[in-house]
Amino acid sequence: MRTSSAILPWVARLAILSLAVGLIWGFFFTPDDYRQGSTVKIIYLHVPSATMAINIWAMMLVTSLIWVVRRHHVSVLAAKAAAPIGATMTLIALATGAIWGQPMWGSWWEWDPRLTAFLILFLFYLGYMALWAAIDNPDAAADLTSILCLVGSVFAVISRYAINFWNQGLHQGASLSLDAEENISDVFWQPLVISLVGFGLLFVTLLLIRTRTEIRARRLMALKQRERLG
Amino acid sequence: MPELGPYAGEVLSAYAVAFGLLGALVIVSLWKSARVRRALDEIEARREPRRNG
Repeated sequence: MRTSSAILPWVARLAILSLAVGLIWGFFFTPDDYRQGSTVKIIYLHVPSATMAINIWAMMLVTSLIWVVRRHHVSVLAAKAAAPIGATMTLIALATGAIWGQPMWGSWWEWDPRLTAFLILFLFYLGYMALWAAIDNPDAAADLTSILCLVGSVFAVISRYAINFWNQGLHQGASLSLDAEENISDVFWQPLVISLVGFGLLFVTLLLIRTRTEIRARRLMALKQRERLG
Repeated sequence: MPELGPYAGEVLSAYAVAFGLLGALVIVSLWKSARVRRALDEIEARREPRRNG
């Protein structure tokens, strides 16, 4: 708790700074795309939120596995704390994608492999949170949600690589790639990377706040039980 | 404000939805943190006299 309280203000400041720079740069100072017009400005929200949606589930998988193997309570509380952030990121990716898709594809929604996998990932996030809320015994809830997280990881992987598995659907390939030829133009790439860093740091900030809350809530529950027992 | 052309509605609504959802997440996280911290402080303050006495 001492380490997290020391780094939290710095991570929060960096998150606000990088989000402000990335989004202001992207929104105000980048040109329109020659085909997509000004809708390309949605990329600075859509790509970082979609990337975070998948990566947050991956983080939850790692921390859930640590719980299963080592019974480390903080790790599973970190997974629990991350789930609402991941669900929000997935919802932002789905909503901004639909708003972007309507003028570009002529449709708010298509049962495209990547879109469908993302919708299922969102439902897994909701299921994961519902399972935590439904079970009173914290250790039993941790066990069952960890198993759910393991199953949901299949859809997180499909969300990321669906475009490679099935060469069909409306969704374009990855906007960011290590292969320079596949990457988007530098003029869009630079603010996009800063926005990505901002979304990542925002996640770390919220994760620290929410995990500390979960640890305190666990202690609060223990003290209340002790009081009740006299 | 940049010239957004015929897609101004789409671009602005995408930003409004994203900021709305992120803002709600931040507010709920901070509110829950403050509420749990206050409850924990109260219960620990109640236990303190017992422990000292």
